[in-house]
Amino acid sequence: MSTVTNSSPTSIVTELDALESESIFVFREVAAEFERPVILFSGGKDSIVMLHLARKAFAPATVPFTLLHVDTGHNFQEVLDYRDATVAALGLRLEVAKVEDYLADGRLRERSDGTRNPLQTVPLLDAINGHRFDAVFGGGRRDEERARAKERIFSLRDEFGQWDPRNQRPELWSLYNGKHKPGEHVRVFPLSNWTELDVWNYIEREEIALPSIYYAHERDVFERDGMLLAVGPYSQPREGETVTSRTVRYRTVGDMSCTGAVASTASSAAEVVVEVAASELTERGATRADDRVSEAAMEDRKREGYF
Amino acid sequence: MSTLLRLATAGSVDDGKSTLVGRLLHDCKAILADQIAHVQHVSSSRGSGDFDFALLTDGLRAEREQGITIDVAYRYFATDKRSFILADCPGHVQYTRNTVTGASTADVVIILVDARHGVLEQTRRHLAVAGLLRVPHVVLAVNKIDLVGYDEAVFKGIGKDVSQLADQLGIADVQAIPVSALVGDNVVERSAATSWYDGPTLLEYLENATGRDDISARPLRFPVQYVIRPQTDDEYRDYRGYTGTVASGTVSVGDDVIVLPAGRRTSVAGIDRAVISATGTAVAERPSAVAGEAVTVRLADNLDVARGSVIVAADSSPGTRRELSATVCWLSDRPLAVGARLLIKHTTTTAQAIVTKINGALDLDTLGVIDATGLGLNDIGKVQLKIAAPLAADPYSSNNITGSFLLIDAHDGWTLAAGMIDDEEGELL
Repeated sequence: MSTVTNSSPTSIVTELDALESESIFVFREVAAEFERPVILFSGGKDSIVMLHLARKAFAPATVPFTLLHVDTGHNFQEVLDYRDATVAALGLRLEVAKVEDYLADGRLRERSDGTRNPLQTVPLLDAINGHRFDAVFGGGRRDEERARAKERIFSLRDEFGQWDPRNQRPELWSLYNGKHKPGEHVRVFPLSNWTELDVWNYIEREEIALPSIYYAHERDVFERDGMLLAVGPYSQPREGETVTSRTVRYRTVGDMSCTGAVASTASSAAEVVVEVAASELTERGATRADDRVSEAAMEDRKREGYF
Repeated sequence: MSTLLRLATAGSVDDGKSTLVGRLLHDCKAILADQIAHVQHVSSSRGSGDFDFALLTDGLRAEREQGITIDVAYRYFATDKRSFILADCPGHVQYTRNTVTGASTADVVIILVDARHGVLEQTRRHLAVAGLLRVPHVVLAVNKIDLVGYDEAVFKGIGKDVSQLADQLGIADVQAIPVSALVGDNVVERSAATSWYDGPTLLEYLENATGRDDISARPLRFPVQYVIRPQTDDEYRDYRGYTGTVASGTVSVGDDVIVLPAGRRTSVAGIDRAVISATGTAVAERPSAVAGEAVTVRLADNLDVARGSVIVAADSSPGTRRELSATVCWLSDRPLAVGARLLIKHTTTTAQAIVTKINGALDLDTLGVIDATGLGLNDIGKVQLKIAAPLAADPYSSNNITGSFLLIDAHDGWTLAAGMIDDEEGELL
């Protein structure tokens, strides 16, 4: 409360300011209208930006939400470390729903392709029911994918966690309707109108720290389906795939076994901004094997209750 | 710094909306290589060798199966001049509510007309929606101009029909543009085949369009969303801040304000925005904030202020009212009848409401108001409401935030209607 900024107000706020204000508005609506909201927090860049915006929305008080990580078990250690350090520093409560618990007792089985991203749906829905979360913040953006482009900012899920894209509530002006019946919940997407480039511009402007794998580093990788996969406990080269050491970074962070790295020398947010602006591939197209399964892979997962 | 323009598309089925949007994105280089590869793959696997631009936006299974757009798809693109958020809305009459959704936040609505068919009922409906929602600019895209041999007379005729309708509906700004989304005429590139047309291409128009009227110049309205009271054992022990987004006007430290609905007078003691650092979360004071900014306001006096309160300029208070006359777009297939008990959501207040009167419905043929005893899906009607709590409301024509509301089914929470408060004075309390 001590500093006074001298910049005079402009009549039009900048594009990034407009997006920031819109997201902060959404967080405050949820805090006011729901009993038990939760933020899905994976330690990925979009969830990190969400948490940053939530902190802004309630400053100087602490964020009035729990965090939930649906853990595939196929993690980058740097991301888990970031997650735990952030939770500790902010004094927040973190719930972890583990896919591996479900694999261990047979409630879920490994898929033949080895990816665990689709397996997150059941632990997610069980965590929502178990903790009676009524609003679930996701970092999904409409620019990411065709089905996500059809999402509302407040998106109702029925008792089974299902999304019915043909029967969504109209969403007008900035009047977000969070009414739901017991057992239903609302998925909330505060970053709906942000693009990948907006996210990186914001990370640069706000000097937001990210897990180191988002920036250029040396890694042993092999090429599969046009993607660079890391050699690690969850992904090993098959016959005919050669391992090379490359300078890479990650554009998205998910299940390590199916998330690809991109060749990059960008070592700061400013350099990533330049790289993203010039990219000829979308971030999912470049780095996610699971979205390549069919022309509606994301819609099908979302209908079942996926983020 | 670039400014953001929000646009929405509207038109009848098969007017080629999705093709136009795909063309716009493609020619603005907003479609990336993997998205193009995907569309090529799907186009060819369906036996059509042509690149189907509509597949860039029609993402749902049902949309691809039926070849129509069902729900609003939001798209993002930018040119050197500015950034755009585009709401690609469906044309089918059954999905008009989704067009209303897209238009509610739009600075520009692009209404497509098939040059071969001219003005259809959906064209009239979408023009009425654009007029009611007071979208600042309407573009009439006369599409498939190539299929009428680039005939200037056809273009002029449709333009004349639409400007007559626009006059009746009070739409001030209509720009007609002859386009072929499929071929690309006058979307981004100027067409050699329409030498008789000397207006802007679609993109030129969008790059130069102004946004909504500057709402920062209007009287202050600040709906309170949530009260922050950290109650921590530090410098913020006694902190009490009212969070919200400035709906209109400017708020400055020292301003005289009234807190509605209580009507108490006080002044602004501070305006805070968050400062996030590695070491923690704090706030920094600001001298003022303008419309669109999310801030936290502190007041000089310790009043009863909660969610639902609205902080307004002391010299320009709207007062409060428990009765409203309004125009509603009915968005549900459950019909409305007089006497219905509903919820109204207006800024940050949700209250019970009773529909006391239906004063008529819009007749799309004449654009006049006809008698009506009820409203059905996609009807536009005039209603009167009695409300259980006093609302700090303005006419929609002067403020699209404090002048708009939703009607909600109290039982299952479905959004039934979008409402715009009429200009006539309601009963002031």
